Amino acid sequence: MEKNHLMHNFEDQIVSLRDYLLKFARLQLRNDAWAEDAVSETVLAALAKPQAFGNRSQLKTWLVGILKHKVVDALRHHHREISGLESTEDDNTDPLEALAFKTNGHFAEQPADWGNPEQQASSQQFFAILEACASKLPATQGRLFLMREWLELSSEEICKELQLTPTNLYVQLHRARLRLRECLELHWFMKAATK
Amino acid sequence: MTIPLTRTCKQVIALVVAREDRDLGLPDKIALRIHMAICDTCPQFERQMLTMHNSFRQWRNYSGPDDSK
Repeated sequence: MEKNHLMHNFEDQIVSLRDYLLKFARLQLRNDAWAEDAVSETVLAALAKPQAFGNRSQLKTWLVGILKHKVVDALRHHHREISGLESTEDDNTDPLEALAFKTNGHFAEQPADWGNPEQQASSQQFFAILEACASKLPATQGRLFLMREWLELSSEEICKELQLTPTNLYVQLHRARLRLRECLELHWFMKAATK
Repeated sequence: MTIPLTRTCKQVIALVVAREDRDLGLPDKIALRIHMAICDTCPQFERQMLTMHNSFRQWRNYSGPDDSK
């Protein structure tokens, strides 16, 4: 009876975290169908191994760990669709040009002071902006960026999984990081500075 | 043989971004260090990249508030 109750509770908790998992899956895979599949597989795998967690945060960490494996499988499976898209979806301008440089390659104006990140960057609001900025990247750039920063794969591993050349990967990551910098500056740091 | 060690700000910014994803070669590493020591604008950009670097780490380790309904 007691055991039955605990089992039921475990299932409820897993199911209640579906949306939480879906947010990460969508951000990383940039395809709703792939993301739904990865999350469903994660939920099924979790339900097959019921166990007790001290708190919800530990349960989340465990589930995200399973999700990451399912997401890597999906990326590997769809590598052709992923690595073949980059030229059509980006305007091919280097976002480095958005920074103000003089013709001699030196800064025309000082980059902004972002203030003390330790005070600002821990808030939930900031993470929401970060996620919004990442989701606005062109799909390939977003996927590659998330593979580095969320899946924590090395550049070598990404090239191997997606059969990309290092040069190609570095160009995409260069753009992704500069676009994110721009987006965060616009939607977070400049707003925080004017408060 | 001499290795040219001067870089423009634009080149240095590209290196600071690239450093997040790959190892820079020794000449680039040294040139970056020299440039940062004498430039009064690039270190500010480097601090922005460091802020981003730390933010991403905090983000991926953050499991969120207890949002159970």
